[in-house]
This record gives sequence, C-alpha cells and structure tokens, in this order.
Amino acid sequence: MRIFKHPILDFPKKKVIHFQFDGVEFSGVEGDTIASALYANGIKKLSESVERHRARGLYCAIGNCSSCYMTVDHIPNIKTCVTPLSEGMIVESQIGKGVIR
Amino acid sequence: MLDKTGVATPEQVKSRFPQPEQLLKPKAIIECYEDIPCNPCSTSCPFHAIEIGDDINNQPQLNVDLCTGCGICVTSCPGLAIMTAEIRNNLAIFKIPYEFLPYPEPNSIWNGVNRDGKVICDANIVKVLLTNKQDKTVLVTVSVDKKYLYDFVTVRNKNE
Amino acid sequence: MTNKELIIVGGGPAGLAAAYTAAQTGCHVLLIDRNPQMGGQLIKQTHKFFGSEKQFAKTRGLNIAKKLISDVETCSDRIEIICDATVVGLYADQVVNVLHNEKYYKYHFDALIIATGAGEKMLAFENNDLPGIYGAGAVQTLMNLYGVLPGQNIVMVGSGNIGLIVSYQLIQAGVHVKALLEAAPKIGGYKVHASKLRRLGVDILTQTTIQRAIGNGCVNQIETIELDDSWKPIKGTEKLIDVDAVCIAVGLSPLYQLLAMGGAELKYVPELGGMVPIVDGLHQTTINNIFVAGDVAGVEEASSAIVEGYLSGLAAAAKIGYQQPDYQKSIADYQQQLKNLRSGPFGAKIRAGLKKVEAKTNA
Ligand SMILES: Cc1cc2nc3c(=O)[nH]c(=O)nc-3n(C[C@H](O)[C@H](O)[C@H](O)COP(=O)(O)OP(=O)(O)OC[C@H]3O[C@@H](n4cnc5c(N)ncnc54)[C@H](O)[C@@H]3O)c2cc1C
Ligand code: SF4
Ligand code: SF4
Repeated sequence: MRIFKHPILDFPKKKVIHFQFDGVEFSGVEGDTIASALYANGIKKLSESVERHRARGLYCAIGNCSSCYMTVDHIPNIKTCVTPLSEGMIVESQIGKGVIR
Repeated sequence: MLDKTGVATPEQVKSRFPQPEQLLKPKAIIECYEDIPCNPCSTSCPFHAIEIGDDINNQPQLNVDLCTGCGICVTSCPGLAIMTAEIRNNLAIFKIPYEFLPYPEPNSIWNGVNRDGKVICDANIVKVLLTNKQDKTVLVTVSVDKKYLYDFVTVRNKNE
Repeated sequence: MTNKELIIVGGGPAGLAAAYTAAQTGCHVLLIDRNPQMGGQLIKQTHKFFGSEKQFAKTRGLNIAKKLISDVETCSDRIEIICDATVVGLYADQVVNVLHNEKYYKYHFDALIIATGAGEKMLAFENNDLPGIYGAGAVQTLMNLYGVLPGQNIVMVGSGNIGLIVSYQLIQAGVHVKALLEAAPKIGGYKVHASKLRRLGVDILTQTTIQRAIGNGCVNQIETIELDDSWKPIKGTEKLIDVDAVCIAVGLSPLYQLLAMGGAELKYVPELGGMVPIVDGLHQTTINNIFVAGDVAGVEEASSAIVEGYLSGLAAAAKIGYQQPDYQKSIADYQQQLKNLRSGPFGAKIRAGLKKVEAKTNA
C-alpha cells in the first residue's frame, strides 16, 4: 500500500518502473528500493533463512541487518532494502546461501 | 496516571488553567508536566509571556497577564502540549494544534475528545488556520459547551 | 593511495555538523555515507524537534537535515562527499577501506571522525523473525521516505520517545495503531508525546509485553502478556491481537564495529546503549587523531549529536594544524550546550553513562 496523502509530506506521482519478482511482472516507482517496491505490492516475504527455511522480510531498512537478502539479476545476497529499483530488474527469493554464477 | 497511561489527572489539568474570570480573554494552557530539554514555546511567544529560564529543562511558566492568547506557541510546541482557552457566554473556545488529514472545515461539527481519547461532546469548528510559519501544524479554533472546559482537548472526525 | 586531511564516516547530523565546523577552519574534508542521501536518521523524521534554538528546536527533523546539508554545501570547495559508499575497514596505519560501486578504495587520513550512528535492537520472543515485524526505524523509512505503509493494523512495542513518536507518525500516515506495549511500569519517553497519542485513542499498556507472534509467511496475530512487579509474566493474562505488522522500538545500540577494528578502547555501558568508545573531553578516542560524534559515542538525541559534531569537527581540525583564534571559546560553548541538554532528569542516564567512558587523561 502506498501513501498518497499525508499531512506533513508530499508524495508526488513518480515514473513507474517495471521489474520481475519470481517470474511475475510487478511495478514500483522511481525512488523505490527493491524492498520498498515489493512491500508496496503487499509482498512481505522476501526470502527464506539459510538452514531452517523460515520466512524472511526486512527488519532495519538501512542496510544494517541483512534480513532482506535476495537474488537480483542473478547476483545473490543483495541487500534489497537499500538497493535502488531499476527498470527490468529480475528479483528472486533467495533459497539457501545463493549461487555465484 | 500520566506516567502509566499518558493521561494527566484532573488536578494536574486544572493547575494549568488560570481563574475562570481570567479566561474572558483567551489564554495559553500549557500542559507540559515534566522537566524536558525544550524551550520553543518560550522563544516563540512574541509577548514574552512564557518563562523557562537559562536551564531549558525547566518547565514553562505562563505569565497570564502578558498572554494575549494569540496561539503562536500552540503551533510551535513540538510536544503539541499547548492550547488556548477562553470562556464566552456558555461556550468554551479553544485553539488547538492539529496534524492529520482531512483538516476540519469551518462551520462543521466534529467530535470533541478528552485526554483519554474518548468522545465527550460535539465540537463546532470555528476557524482553521494554516500559514507557512506554522510549518504544517494547523491551528483549529473550536467551541464546545462550557461544561467541558477542563475535559476537552482535541477534535476527531465524526466518521472515524 | 590518496591522502585526505580529515575523513568523516557517516553523514547523519553528527557527521554533517562536524564537516561544517572543520571546513570553516580551512581543513579539507572527505565525508562518506553508505546511504544514497546524506542526513542519517533525520531524513525520515517528520515531527518538530525539542531542544533550543541553537539545535534547531521546533523545526521538523527532515528540515534540520536539509539545513545541515545546505550548510555543508556552502563549503563545497573544502568538503568532498561520497554517498552510497560504506567504510568497511579501519587499519592501524591511518587507513580506511571504502566499498563504493562494487569497488574498494583505500584512503590515508590525518584525522578521522567516526559518526556512524546506531542500529536497532531486537527483542527475544517466539517467531520474532516473521516478516511484518520491523524495527521502528524501518517503519519510519518505509513510510516517510518511500511512502509505503508497513501494514494497516500495527502494535508498537516500546514506549521510549521513538516508540511514541513513530506511533504518532503511523497514525498520520493512516495506519491503525492497536496498542503500545511497555514492559516497564512507566512510560519511558516524554509524557507530552504519550499524551498526544492517548488522546488519539491509542491504548498505552504498561507492564505488558509481546510473548509470541503468530503467522505463516507474515505476522497476522500477536499474543501479549502482563508482567508483575518483578517483571515475571502473569499466567492467564494472555491476549491475542490481530495485526499485520509489529514495530519494535526497544532502543538502539551504537555502531562501534569500525572502532573495534581500529583497536579503540571500548566499554560496555548499558546507559549509552551498548559498546561505546572511551573518549576525552574533545571526543578523541584512545587512538590518536580518531574522534567520534553522535549516537556512536552513546545513543542520545539529534540535538546532542549536532553539538558533538560541531565540537569534534573543530577539535579534529585543530589537532592537525587548523586551530582558529577563538578555538577555546567555541569548544567551551559547545561543551556548555551539551551540558545544558543533559542537565534535566531525562539526561541523568546519559550523565551516568558518560562518566564511565571519560578517559582518565582528560583534555
Ligand atoms: C524515531 C526517532 C525519533 C527521534 N526523535 C528525536 C527527537 O525528537 N529529537 C532528537 O534530538 N533526536 C531524535 N532522535 C534521535 C536522532 O535521530 C539521533 O540521535 C541522531 O540521528 C543521531 O545522529 P548521528 O549522526 O549520530 O547518527 P545517524 O543519524 O544514525 O547517522 C549515521 C550515518 O552514518 C552512516 N553510516 C553508518 N555506518 C557507516 C559506514 N560503515 N560507512 C558509511 N556510512 C555509515 C549511516 O548511513 C547514517 O547516515 C530520534 C530518532 C528516531 C529513530
Ligand atoms: S498564546 Fe500567544 S501570547 Fe499567549 S503564551 Fe502563547 S504565544 Fe504567548
Ligand atoms: S515547547 Fe511544548 S514541550 Fe517544549 S517546553 Fe514548551 S510546552 Fe513543553
């Protein structure tokens, strides 16, 4: 869910950015990080923990805690809470430690 | 009470009100009950009616005679802890800070709310002021029945 | 390797303030921040600040950030800024290692100010790792920076100023704050913040904590429990609350890791939020020419972070040869401002904490 009206802040309309998440087309807006775009689309489970496969979402949103690791454009362990979203990105839930290709 | 729930006791509230006869003109009611490092109420008052002193942890003291009830301190206080109050005939008239959307419309009826967050009365919106200086804290003038003088604290949309 | 006169790590209020006073002396500064924009915690704070005029009281946090950034921009001939750059290493021979655009860069410095701020603490309870459970800073970032709601029905855990303020901001954004839980018998933050929340109808539940979260893939319920006077859970007081988000605001702890790597002497001081460096009156650590400012030296407030920044910027510049004629006077003024900010009852904890980290050889 996005905020459109706010008593203190302005959220003007921004350019739409398209990306893929686990094979499905989604869109975010300019200025989004990967994680903020996913959350705006209601997706809170980003990946799974390495050993016990527990659901992982973002916790700190400032690139400090590594709870939001995903595979982005085939590169694993990207901190999606601080990585800007860009057009055509391929974002995938990361299962396990990720593979460097 | 205040420590546990955030609601000041009736005695605390009353201690911040001047005598009813002094409220024939609007006066600031400063509900700041703690020594915190803060003083914009004092520095913003154009009439030097609020005294904090050199130690900014002191609680603000109102000089009722100097206060004109202009409401500048109301929108300057970062704690939203100040309103003005005035008694006119059967009405208690307040100027309160408000920071939510939608803003009240003049001449509409909103709910009057007490310090415990409960709806207690109807509140008639008299005036809604927002200047650049207020930096997005709206100053709402509202009138309620005089008997809610010590209970009323804010307004809430009827639809909420 | 490039040599820099003064490197500042972290562009929050402390780092920005330090860059400004240091540049005023003629010193050349390199300011590094890992975020895409400068301003640290301030850029997501929509409320008006406390303090006095010298620390920009009654200005909204995000506008204080703008002011500090524009001050720094007036000295752009002496302050070089790199964003999106993380300082990942601090070595004994006065070298930092910076990761920027997937490349590592090494810089030698004459003096260094570490102003990395603080990170959020977590709370132990069952299923605390479910998505939808966030730190308060994350909620603020999502909502105030990206305009994305963290959820629609939320419970806040922690009644310090951050918990109280973020709850209010959530309501401003249109979120329903179902309750605010506090394990202690009393509200931790300023009562003015608590009162403005209570009058909006938010239940502030003291002596109550979160016992577990429930949900599959995302939190959708929590169980709360009341605590007795010795902080033990009272059986039978469990309650379930439907939520789609939980916000944890149980404090911050200093980001001391670089200091540890560089070998600065650290001490665990709970009053200051965790591991903090031993410092002298000029905020110099036990490593010569390495200074600290802001939350990394003890979790406090933006107002004190700014003043500490001004002070350490001057001190670090003076240390490497840029001493102003009125240096002593300015330092004394900043020290007095800090004293004023900390002199009330809310400053008692900070005062006790700072006593523990004062270096014996006080400058
Ligand atoms: C919800 C909330 C409400 C608050 N309300 C108030 C208030 O009303 N009044 C008040 O005075 N204070 C308030 N504060 C506190 C205030 O925001 C902080 O005390 C202040 O921001 C600390 O400043 P700082 O510069 O030390 O750290 P920060 O603002 O945290 O800045 C640190 C910076 O360092 C960067 N960084 C960290 N590590 C690295 C690295 N390795 N490499 C490069 N860069 C790095 C970070 O990206 C960040 O930008 C509030 C805080 C919060 C979270
Ligand atoms: S209402 Fe006006 S005159 Fe009275 S204390 Fe406030 S600012 Fe001063
Ligand atoms: S500005 Fe508000 S919170 Fe600050 S001291 Fe004055 S009344 Fe208290």
